[in-house]
Amino acid sequence: MPIQTRRSDDGQTLTIKIEGRFDFSTHQSFRDAYEHNDSHIVGYVVDMSETTYLDSSALGMLLLLRDFAGGDSAQISIENCNGDVRRILSISNFEQLFSIR
Amino acid sequence: MDDAFPEQGSLRILIADDSDTDRLILSKLVERQGHKPIGAADGDEAVALFCKHDPHIVLLDLIMPRMDGMEAARQIKMLAGENLVPVIFLTSISDARTLAKCLESGGDDFLSKPYNRVILEAKINAFNRMRLMHRTLTQQRDLIRNRNRKLLQEQEVAKRVFDNVAHTGSLNAENLRYHASPLSIFNGDVLFACRRPSGGMHILVGDFTGHGLPAAIGAMPVAEIFYGMTSKGFGCEDVLREINQKLKRILPVGMFCCAAFIQADFSINQLRVWNGGLPNGYLIRGDGRREVLRSRHLPLGVLSPERFSVDAEVISTDPGDVLLVATDGIVEAENAEGDMFGEERLLATLDSVMAPRQVFDAVMGAVGRFASDLRTQDDLTVFALEMTETDESSEMSAGLTLSAVSGATEWLCHYELSDQTLGQFNPLPLLLHICMEVPGLRHRSGEVHTLLSELYTNALEHGILKLPSEWKNTPEGFGRYYAERARRLERIRGQSIRFTLRHSPSRDGGRLVIECHDTGEGFDYQAVLQHDHDPQCRYAGRGLVLLRQLSHSLTFHGNGNRVEVVYDWSFT
Repeated sequence: MPIQTRRSDDGQTLTIKIEGRFDFSTHQSFRDAYEHNDSHIVGYVVDMSETTYLDSSALGMLLLLRDFAGGDSAQISIENCNGDVRRILSISNFEQLFSIR
Repeated sequence: MDDAFPEQGSLRILIADDSDTDRLILSKLVERQGHKPIGAADGDEAVALFCKHDPHIVLLDLIMPRMDGMEAARQIKMLAGENLVPVIFLTSISDARTLAKCLESGGDDFLSKPYNRVILEAKINAFNRMRLMHRTLTQQRDLIRNRNRKLLQEQEVAKRVFDNVAHTGSLNAENLRYHASPLSIFNGDVLFACRRPSGGMHILVGDFTGHGLPAAIGAMPVAEIFYGMTSKGFGCEDVLREINQKLKRILPVGMFCCAAFIQADFSINQLRVWNGGLPNGYLIRGDGRREVLRSRHLPLGVLSPERFSVDAEVISTDPGDVLLVATDGIVEAENAEGDMFGEERLLATLDSVMAPRQVFDAVMGAVGRFASDLRTQDDLTVFALEMTETDESSEMSAGLTLSAVSGATEWLCHYELSDQTLGQFNPLPLLLHICMEVPGLRHRSGEVHTLLSELYTNALEHGILKLPSEWKNTPEGFGRYYAERARRLERIRGQSIRFTLRHSPSRDGGRLVIECHDTGEGFDYQAVLQHDHDPQCRYAGRGLVLLRQLSHSLTFHGNGNRVEVVYDWSFT
């Protein structure tokens, strides 16, 4: 599975891990990863440690997640990006919308 | 042909066998299973009966007089065309090579003599299922093919509409070179260029998320706003703000437009660059230096108007400098092995260029050699703008004859803006619009806009905000100047700027008198006017020179806070 999800022990944080290419083909499974969870989730972590590539539709999906998680009040951190992924995120200035670690 | 495809029940089954006994036995077996047998005594007759009765399944004896089974199978398959008519050979031969040949000639299976009732029934049922599946697939394929053809036709028409909107303007200007991939009908990339009434140019290059129609639909309002507002004289900040607001409202979350907006002013050699989500742009200077124009903003259509920032980088240039901006198609161009062109190769190419003017060809050449076939790169949009004023009169059509002249030629207009409005509203398009109501003056819109704009900028930035123009003598000071400008605009209290415009007709044109009066303290205009030709003054103080050159007369009144310009113009 290219997308795996994990709940933290307190059940408040959902970690979504994406393996390989994060592009439009991942669209449905990425949405399923957060939409079918109950409402106790407070924060989200997008784990990019295994992500090799990110395209602009993936940026769009991240915005969808942000909207789902409350827009400006969303708590989402994007973690463990490799150099290429990091570069695409910063070209688009996504650090203004997400905390990128 | 109503019963051409019975789902169950009776099938028409053609049975060809030269042995009357064998044919009779098989016919009885088939009949007992509820199907309708059609008997033929040789291959020739089998083909004739096939044409006459259009059977669903064909059973052929291998060895027959006049025409053998294999030839009959070949002809029947040809006659059936796209329809699947299963052909089963009847044989007592068990030689593997002969059996294989049966299948190669177009047969689908064989049945050994003597016949087994159970096997016969199972085979007929199995082949009927296959026949039905084939029919369903064919129908679906035809449906998809038709839908696709229709879709392509619609896109073709939409593309024509889109081109009319998107590819007008000044893309053919002499100082602009560009490449936009023609491969896909809508690739989600946009490239717009439009001259400003005051001279200079606006360019927008963008890359919508996604391809196809959704991207094209997003591009339409962008084109309308871009061309509409630019030709009315709005500056890059206003146009950007409007485009962002529009896209934010109409695009679904997750769809946006990575874009760069460039305002080029050739007369004062200045670039304003706003980059939101596109790869680095490069300004290549005549002396070999290079400036990097990074993406500093989120793409268009992401942020709400309150959070959107229109801060552009302001860069002073020299004539001949070249600005290169591209969508991610350059760095992501792939070669046959799937490697990307990448930023390093791009920088190496830029390093190899001897003169700024060669940049475009060098980059396109390098990407072309790397990717071997540029046509397969479906979203590569790139342009190079040379900072050189071109002759724009050739692009404008006169199209106005003296006899057609009527309209507002004699009028007076007062317009005053104060306090917060000074910072939030650009009055120039409105004032220009009023002036353009004078028949024939439209062809001078560039000059009129420059007069209005220089007067307003002087009144606001020097008169009211008291910003020293010396700051603009260094590139670093430029940034400071514009930062301070924004800060001081916020705190304006009790200030105003008042325009008085008066037009009167003359024998072959007219006279426009513009007076601009600000509430600032004024300045020592005598001293400044003496500095007019000071070559040290590279970046600043050009406004007054420009005003004086364009107008019949330029006069200062009061403390220098009231300026009057007289502009005489004629049809010729």
